[in-house]
Amino acid sequence: MDELTSAFVNESRDQLVAMEDGLLTLEQNPDDKDNLNAIFRAAHTIKGGSGVIECRYIESFTHKVENVLDRLRNGEITATGELASVMLACCDHMGDLLEVLVAGRAEPPADLKAKGDALTTELSTRYMNEAVAQPAKDGVPVEQVDDVVASGGGAVTTEAWHISLRFGQNVLRQGMDPLSFLRFLAGQGEIVSMETIPDAMPAAAAMDPESCYLGFEIRFQTRGKKADIERVFEFCRDDCTLNILPPRSKVSEYVALIESLPEDNLRLGEILVRCGALTQAELDQGLGLQGEIARRIADETSESGEPAPPKGPPIGEILVEQKSIQKEVVEAAAQKQATVTEKRAVEARTIRVQADKLDQLIDLVGELVIAGASASLLAQKSAKTDLIESTSVLSRLVENIRDSALQLRMVQIGETFHRFNRVVRDVSKELGKEIELVINGAETELDKTVVEKIGDPLMHLVRNSLDHGIEPAAVRVAQGKPACGRVTLNARHDSGNVVIEISDDGGGLNKEKITAKALERGVIQPGQTLSDAEIVNLIFEPGFSTVEKVSNLSGRGVGMDVVRRNILALRGTVDVASVEGQGATFTIRLPLTLAIIDGFLTAVDKASYVIPLDMVVECIELDADSADRTYINLRGEVLPFVRLREWFEVTGDPPTRENVVVVQCAGRKAGIVVDQLLGEFQTVIKPLGSLFRNMRGIGGSTILGSGEVALILDVQALVNRCVKREEQAAHAGNATRRHEMSLLADHA
Amino acid sequence: MGQLMQQQPAAPTAKAAQAAKAGKMAGAGGSDTQQFLTFVLGGEMYALGILNVKEIIEYGQLTEIPMMPASIRGVINLRGAVVPVVDLAARFGGHASAVQRRTCIVIVEVAQEDGKIDIGIMVDAVSEVLEIAHAEIEPPPAFGTKIRADFIDGMGKVAGRFVIILDIERVLSVDEMAALASVGETTVDAVAEAGVH
Repeated sequence: MDELTSAFVNESRDQLVAMEDGLLTLEQNPDDKDNLNAIFRAAHTIKGGSGVIECRYIESFTHKVENVLDRLRNGEITATGELASVMLACCDHMGDLLEVLVAGRAEPPADLKAKGDALTTELSTRYMNEAVAQPAKDGVPVEQVDDVVASGGGAVTTEAWHISLRFGQNVLRQGMDPLSFLRFLAGQGEIVSMETIPDAMPAAAAMDPESCYLGFEIRFQTRGKKADIERVFEFCRDDCTLNILPPRSKVSEYVALIESLPEDNLRLGEILVRCGALTQAELDQGLGLQGEIARRIADETSESGEPAPPKGPPIGEILVEQKSIQKEVVEAAAQKQATVTEKRAVEARTIRVQADKLDQLIDLVGELVIAGASASLLAQKSAKTDLIESTSVLSRLVENIRDSALQLRMVQIGETFHRFNRVVRDVSKELGKEIELVINGAETELDKTVVEKIGDPLMHLVRNSLDHGIEPAAVRVAQGKPACGRVTLNARHDSGNVVIEISDDGGGLNKEKITAKALERGVIQPGQTLSDAEIVNLIFEPGFSTVEKVSNLSGRGVGMDVVRRNILALRGTVDVASVEGQGATFTIRLPLTLAIIDGFLTAVDKASYVIPLDMVVECIELDADSADRTYINLRGEVLPFVRLREWFEVTGDPPTRENVVVVQCAGRKAGIVVDQLLGEFQTVIKPLGSLFRNMRGIGGSTILGSGEVALILDVQALVNRCVKREEQAAHAGNATRRHEMSLLADHA
Repeated sequence: MGQLMQQQPAAPTAKAAQAAKAGKMAGAGGSDTQQFLTFVLGGEMYALGILNVKEIIEYGQLTEIPMMPASIRGVINLRGAVVPVVDLAARFGGHASAVQRRTCIVIVEVAQEDGKIDIGIMVDAVSEVLEIAHAEIEPPPAFGTKIRADFIDGMGKVAGRFVIILDIERVLSVDEMAALASVGETTVDAVAEAGVH
């Protein structure tokens, strides 16, 4: 795929997102003119781009879509839910066509083609048929013409637009082919006649074959507006001189045009006559008029004794004053200018950077952090005060660079959230429920890689809320709730984590059903007493689904545990809270970044282990009393602990004083017994590679200042083991006691 | 007897594969000899295609990974990259090798399904780089060697002695070693599960 095509694909994907957003807004707000224009612009940009790269199938399909949008914009048809649905389907189809282009195929496969044809047929039968009748009824074209009052000088009698085009020398170098613009123009209407102006062409010796010297005078017949013609040339606008005169422009305007162009006036006049823009009489009159004006200016200058200002009032003003130009045209031009400025402003604020360049930067910053740590360590060893001072300044700077580099990868979650507008709309239609989506905290930022991976789990949770959470309207009304259900997506920062909440105001989770199911599936044992929070969180257990009927939305019983696994893989947690009859809230907690974390360095024997700092609650000394037990008394609380020394089968005697790091993970607390506490440490996470993919208990590795590799503990896995072992011990204890009792009974 | 009968047809095919490989090498390098790095491990001489070898470093600063089989010795920091180190002696089924004065880590590059990865192998001593003509390479014997037959690519004749040429992709098969690493885990789980019921 060449550069131009990939630029087009990227741009078009953005435009499709904009168009989809616009269409969703359209449903709620059919009269929003700005929105309509935005949708139209998006479609038009895609069409224009596809014309430039000569991708016919996208161009022709988008053209049809654009026609309908144009009628919508002109108020010839009204925006309805159905129209929005069809348009959204068209959006999807355009997305599919883009994929075909990306795949490098000459044309879409048959099934896609059939789908496209079905859509265009629907568009033309339902929304374009009236098109033929309506303009006549409304008399739109007549009105347009009426607006132009021929005042003095006489209007030119030809009924076509006149386009005067001079390509800039750099057009070819920028990868644009003048011919494709003309071909695209021909697709927009009818080219009545066209004259090529080769005047700028230098002598063969001086000519640069990579430069474009050509110009064109074109007579063009179209039902479109000036802005439409301008859009044809949107991509080369900055590089070429474009003058467009509407039908029935005044002769004086043609004269002004002739004057403004570099070619010889008389010769140009002849060309205009030849291509039918002017008649010879008109030309003569015009040039005469021109002479007259020149004389008048000369007179004025001599009268006032001052040189005349080089330009009078802005042309636009004069034209409107003279009512010689349609209001619409001026508006379109003004709007066009506004969009261009707006675009420039945005461009100035952001730049596009390749994602892998950013990743490379983060990698390098990681190396810098490690090298910095090693330098500090050496400085400390040398005990030279000035060296220690300079390395500490250095490490502060490195820390700042680390933070700003990570900041670069931060993206707003809004884009991910807004995708759900469409999901909620489609699903609620499918289910026959009425549901609105409320989004809060869309500007919350988190790491790009996290955002990419959180999409699927979020989709599962939102669909789950839509499918199982929100009750049918009738049930809702019976319960005294508003008929329209509400799903809220909420994001916020919370002490180094990002919290995403998905809440609904539906029926909440049914605890009895969950308990029954958990018993049936053997997730819990009979007689086990669980708190309400524990019961609702059972839905994340593997193979759990309470819905009897499997719908195509959710309820395959893989949803929730996959959600949890995906989120755990991002070093995050998920849990659910529910109030029966009032709704459920899923809370996802995620770390801000995956590349560099703050860690807590500990040591067992000679090896170092890193515990993620945000999981560490406190550190205490292991007192001798608890040494041979597996739990300690933490201010009246029973805290199970695991000895890393035993866990990792480290040989040798433990030191006389051991320490307990109290960690908290997914609401559970546990202790990890280590030999030594070494303090906080900036941890650059290095994956351990595929050789260690089956290992549990270790989450990755990092490199210490000394160059040694330290392992990062997977606290979640350790805590789970720890808790599981406690439960087993409790069971085993019960079993032995029972066994002893039965022995005693036998004896008796 | 039956075993012998089965082995008979295997030899020519192995030879044919060898010949095919040799042909490929000759085509690429334009010569009928190939270079090998030879090293000593437990008193036995082994050889390794030089094209797989990235570098040889001194043994040191190795971080052990807990709960791993003896064949996976640990990881080292190779200029910022974390590289696993395999104890070849343990991988071949013997005891874990003791660190000696001349113990080295040879960093080799092996192709996996998802791209190439670097793995370090721990050897007692590195000897030299040898050129062995393809004609001097015999197919691996069906039995009689200390190590698994599928680890051997061929037997090179050097100065009247045999050198075992390793099929390094087989020896360092990540899938196999990762599976080995998880065996310990699953048995722990199995015991735990058994404990519950």
